[in-house]
Order: sequence, then C-alpha cells, then structure tokens
Amino acid sequence: MTTLLATERIKLFTTRSPWWSALLALGLTIGMAVMVALNHGGNNPLRVEHSQFGIQFGLMIITVMAALAITTEYRFATIRTTFQAVPNRSGVLLAKCVVVAVLAGVLGEIAAFGSWAVARMIDSSPELAISTGDDLRMVAGAGLVFALAAVLSVAVGVLVRQSAGALSILLIWPLLVENLVALIPNVGRDIQDWMPFINAGRFLNPVPEAPQSPWGSLLYFAGVTAALLIAALVVANKRDA
Amino acid sequence: MTLLAVERMKLFSTRSPWWCTAIALAITIGFGALMSGTSNAASPMNVAATQFGYTFGLVVVMVMAALAITTEYRFSTIRATFLAVPNRPTALLAKTAVVAILAGIVGELCAFGSWGISKLIKSSADLGIDTAYEWRAVAGVGLVYAIAAVIAVGVGVLVRHSAGAIALLLIYTNLVEGLVTLIPTIGPKIHRWLPFNMSNAFITGDADITTRPINEGPPPAEAGLGPWPALLYFAAFAVVVLVIAITTAKRRDA
Amino acid sequence: MRATIGRMIEASGLTKRYGRTVAVDNLSFTVGEGRVTGFLGPNGAGKSTTMRMILGLDRPTSGDVLLDGKHYRNLHQPLRTVGALLDAKWVHPNRSARAHLRWLAASNKLPTSRVDEVLDLVGLTSVAKKNAGGFSLGMSQRLGIAAALLGDPQVLLFDEPVNGLDPEGILWIRRFMHQLAENGRTVFVSSHLLSEMAQTAQDLVVIGRGKLIYQGTVEDFIAHATETTVLVRSPQLDALAELLRIGGGTVAPDTGTPPGLRVSGMDSAEIGELAAANGIVLHELNPQVGSLEQAFMQLTGDAVEYHTHEEASSA
Repeated sequence: MTTLLATERIKLFTTRSPWWSALLALGLTIGMAVMVALNHGGNNPLRVEHSQFGIQFGLMIITVMAALAITTEYRFATIRTTFQAVPNRSGVLLAKCVVVAVLAGVLGEIAAFGSWAVARMIDSSPELAISTGDDLRMVAGAGLVFALAAVLSVAVGVLVRQSAGALSILLIWPLLVENLVALIPNVGRDIQDWMPFINAGRFLNPVPEAPQSPWGSLLYFAGVTAALLIAALVVANKRDA
Repeated sequence: MTLLAVERMKLFSTRSPWWCTAIALAITIGFGALMSGTSNAASPMNVAATQFGYTFGLVVVMVMAALAITTEYRFSTIRATFLAVPNRPTALLAKTAVVAILAGIVGELCAFGSWGISKLIKSSADLGIDTAYEWRAVAGVGLVYAIAAVIAVGVGVLVRHSAGAIALLLIYTNLVEGLVTLIPTIGPKIHRWLPFNMSNAFITGDADITTRPINEGPPPAEAGLGPWPALLYFAAFAVVVLVIAITTAKRRDA
Repeated sequence: MRATIGRMIEASGLTKRYGRTVAVDNLSFTVGEGRVTGFLGPNGAGKSTTMRMILGLDRPTSGDVLLDGKHYRNLHQPLRTVGALLDAKWVHPNRSARAHLRWLAASNKLPTSRVDEVLDLVGLTSVAKKNAGGFSLGMSQRLGIAAALLGDPQVLLFDEPVNGLDPEGILWIRRFMHQLAENGRTVFVSSHLLSEMAQTAQDLVVIGRGKLIYQGTVEDFIAHATETTVLVRSPQLDALAELLRIGGGTVAPDTGTPPGLRVSGMDSAEIGELAAANGIVLHELNPQVGSLEQAFMQLTGDAVEYHTHEEASSA
C-alpha cells in the first residue's frame, strides 16, 4: 500500500490542477472571512460561525479537484497506464482516495483555521474565541468534511468517468437538489434530513430540529461516501479500462 | 442563414444536447408533479409553485450550452470551424444563436410542461395563467434560459475547458451569488445587482400577492430593478460576456 | 511447430464482444520466447483489443491469455516482467516526461535512477522536464518506449509503434526492435503493414476480422501468401484451359487484351511441356510474382473465407 500511496502522491502533485485548486479554495474561503469581518456592523458581535461562512466555497472547489484527479485519468487514458503498472485496481483507487482525502483534509483545516485567524486579527470580539466544543467542531471539523467529500467525489468520478458529467452532478446535487428538496410540501423537510451534504453541513453547524446528533450526521455522510466508494470499486473492477 | 444551419447540425449530431434536454425536462416537470402531488389545503398549488424546478433546468441548460463550445475546443473542431468560416465573430454568433434558441425552447417546454402536469394532477387548484406575474413566471422561463445559454457560451469560449467552464458557471450561479448576501452590511446591497438574482427577479419579482400567500411560490428575489428592467440588465450582462468572449477568440490562436 | 521454444504469451480461444460486434473471435496463438513476433492485420482487425486483453485492461468475453503461464493480473510488479506501449498518448499532457516515468517507477518499486537511464536510452534526457503534452508524435513514442523499458522486462508489447512517424523515427524504432531481439527479449509487435513486419519480425501471427489467419515464420508466410500464378496467352485458349484442368491446374480467365488464363498449381515449365505435347501454340508464358502487400490484402480482406479454405485443405 505504501508503494501505491507514493505512486498516487507523485501523480497528484506533478500536475498543476491541485495547486491551483488549493490556492483558489484557500483564497476564496479566507477572502470571504476577511469580507465578513471587515463589514461586520456593531450591533451584534462577530462569532466563530461568521468566520466560517466561506467554507462551502472551499468544499466545492475541493470537490472539483478530487473529481478531476480521477476523471482526467480517464480522459487522458493514464488510468490504463496505471492499471497496466498495477493490475490491482481496488488498491490503486483506494490509494488515490487516501492521497486526495489527506490533501483535502489538510486544506480544510488550513481554510477553516485560516478563516478564523484572519477574522480574529481584524475583529477583537471575544465571541470569536474557540471556547466550546461546538466551536471547535465547527472549525476543526472542516478537514473531516473536506476529506470525506473528496472520497465521495473520487467515487463519483470513477462511476461517471467524464469531467463534465461528474462536476455537474457533484455541484448541482449539493448546491441545488439538496436545497430544493426542502420546498416539497409536507415531506420535503423529512427527505432533506437524509441528504448527505445537508448532514455534512449539520456536523459543522448543527440545527436543533435535526434527527441526528452532529457526529451522527457526519457518520451518515461517511456512510453514503463508503457506499458510493464500494460501488465505484466494484464497477471499476468489472469494466474494461 | 447557412451558418445557423451548420451550427444546428453540429449541435444535434452529438448526444449531449439530447441528454441535457431530456434531463432538464425530466427534472423540472418531475418537480412540478412532485409539488402538485404533495400539495394540500394547507399549502395549496398555484401557478408560481409549479415553477419551483426552473433553476434545475437552468443549470442543466447552462451545462449544455457550455459543452456546445468547450467540446469544440477539446476535439479541435473549433479549428475546422474557423477554417470553414474564417470570420470568427460570425461563426461564434451563429453558434450562440442556435444554442440560445434551443435553450429558449427547452425553457418553454419545461415551464409549460411543469404547469401542465400540475394542472392534470391538481385540476381543482387555481392554475389559470391570468396576471402579468403569472405569465412571466411561466413563459418567462424560456427567455431566462436563452440568455443564460448566451452567458454559458461566452464563458465556454473564454475558459475553453469543459471542467473549468462548468465549475465556474455552477459555483457562481448556485453558490457565489447566495453567499454574497452573508457579507454583513454591503452583501445584500451587492446581491441586488448580481445578474442571476436579476434573472430570478424577472421570474419571481412583483409577486401578485392578492391571489395567494407569498411563501407558496419561489421566494421573490430582492433585486435592484423591476421585472422587465431586471431582464434587460441580465441580457446586457450576457451581451458583455459574449462581446468579451468574441473579442478574445478573434485575437487568440484557434 | 515450435515445441522446443518456450511459450511466453499463450492465447486460447480469446473472444471479445462489444454488443453485437465481435472484435476478437476465438483467437488462439502463441508467442515464442526470445523471438520477435509480428502481429499482423488490417486496421480494425482486433489487434489493439487483443493487446489490451493480454495486459488485463480489457476482460475477454471468453477464452484466456497467459503470460509465462500467469494471468497479467497475478504478476507481481508487472512492469518487471512485461513492458508495453499501446498508445503513446496515454500520458497526462501537463505532466513532465520525467514525472510520468517517476510515478510508473514508484508503482513497481523501481529506483528513480532507472528513470534517468531509460530517458537517456531513448534520447529524451534534454526534454525530460518538459510537459508531455507538447511532445511531437516521435517524442511521445520514445517516451512510451522508455516507459515500456522501465522495469527491464523480458517481454515487450508494442502496438503499431511506427504509425505516423517520420522516416527517421521509423528507422530508430526498427533498430531498437532489432537491438531488443539481439538481447534475447520476447517482442510482440503489431502492425498493419506487412513490409514493416518482414523487416522486423521472425514469426508472424496474422489476424483478420478478429480471427486467426496464420501463425508461423515470416518466410513460410511469404512463400505461402505469394503462391505464384502463371499468365498464359494462346490462340487456342479453350483447348488449353481444358488440358490444364485435366493436368491438375486451377484456371481462371485473365481479362487483359488479348484474353489469357491465370494458372495456379502448375509452374511455367509444366504448362509449357503440356502445351508442346499437345501441339498448342503459346504466345505468352509468364510467371507472376505477387507482391507481398497484395497477397496480404487478399488474405486479410477476405479473412473469413480464406480461413474456411485453410481448414478444408489441411483436413
């Protein structure tokens, strides 16, 4: 496995897209925190959650990065070169997931703590201190959400194989479908409680009416991710490279 | 005219427009059916509510429009196109026109399809299209789709990569405009003037609250202009994007 | 035929269907150890599909292919056993040549020093840091060969390696193949050009429409494929045709002016003697040496029919 991890690490970092994505994710997330902190009025104090408004920017960009890490392999047929060098397809794809997830996790932590830190530098509100467990989970938890979302994206990328299709699904689903579902009369809210990205969001920003605890929500998101990953591995092993 | 025919042939001889049209229709009309099927006396059906799914169709149509041009770059058919028609602005305008027309038709089909299926499912509900607001809410969808397609083609020409163009369009329309409102004080003010909020204002603005409670339709947009000026603003934004795109395409190597 | 030579690649009943199309149809062949075997067939005959199945990339619908007795999937660090170049464009355009080889080396625990060795071997050292997307076809091909040689494998597979190359590139590849063969490696190389194979290969596997047409040495194939015919012209054409048929020849009319006969199964001496013995005047007696390419086209162009004929005559 260490060999495979080393291989996937070299592959990821020898193209430019992860570097660009990292810069963009951090820039947009932390930039949003700067905007919020600078424009915050005096009527109520700036709190930790305000500094994290931009985290979804970072999450979506990491999603794109993770999906591209695998769909470009299909597009340029390097997936064939890869499977030729390492016929153990599950091993290859799991290694890729690990490498992409670690990068996503690290970026998530930097984005979250970076956003919090710049907000703190701009605004001295005592409410900005990370004092409760909820505060800590909201900031430190971003890395976990990013890492899981990255694995989910790789899985979707394996299943779809095309950048355009994978990105459309991965962006339209969390940004539009999961939100619009709530508008369905009577049942919409109940359905939304079981939407994966909604649950990921509730891990960071819990809502009182949620059926799961924050950690339960994260576990659910992880479960959906695992299910997609297993489907992706089965499909990749079955079909022609 | 020949160019329009050429671009029409190019568009319909690949599969992605068909797929996108099918998906857009299925999702918007499906959403309309879902809304009317689950509605009851407490949350009654109305014309605006039949159009909840229109943003779905909008993003799908934008993906289709962006792909129409980025796939030309990907497969280098853009070079063949520019060889056949060295006048690049004309070639790109023809493509934009064809894509926009298709998007407009898809929009009308989605809108009237969603409305029609709701009428079928909930024949008792007041679903007559009577007021200007109701007409815009349904028939206006095609206009918005067509203009959004122009923006997507423009972005596609500028970015040239499918992945980049799609990521930019989807993240901008579904995330950036919304997140801007979270910036205290200035955020909501900026949001009033953002293009896709304007297009939403055309569909949902000036709500006719005499017939129903306001929360029974898509939430009305907080925009800086009334419905028709908002559409003009949206169209002007599309023209600016397209002009920038065409100027860039003229200058650079194909 | 070559029981004495070890079988490096062994395909048995290999079949690949895509929906209703049969790309490879019950294909069985062997590739001998330490020899250069040409894999010949027209475009679309199923060569690339067969190669992908050998490498475990595509799953055969039925049948099997083994490398030194093992499935490709079960090879430990396969690049050390088999090197392959199926498509020179299977690289990420924004990754440098060296980075491409570096990850490949890492995947099979090969030292990074080996990357520089193979880059040097194919003459790409000066452009090693350049992105592979900017490479010309010739350079891409060299990069692909470098990747194939990375694990210093005993078996090498090349799919149409000279396709689209300039004369210099073709010459370079040809020399390279000879060199590999001299080092005692097993080389399995596909081409749709018989002339190319005649210069590089010792053995041939010929397929058409996914089916095996011929397996054996190049010399046998040439002799076999270029079965000579004799063109005869005579004022007594009908009588001559009758005589030749009785004498065991196969006669076909020749549409030239004046009309003549194309005779196979008899050489010009036999025909001349037969004519003289029966008092028939000959105006022309001309042995035809068929060109290799023509013969090959004839064989593969109508693969199915030829195959049936082969089976019938060998039975």
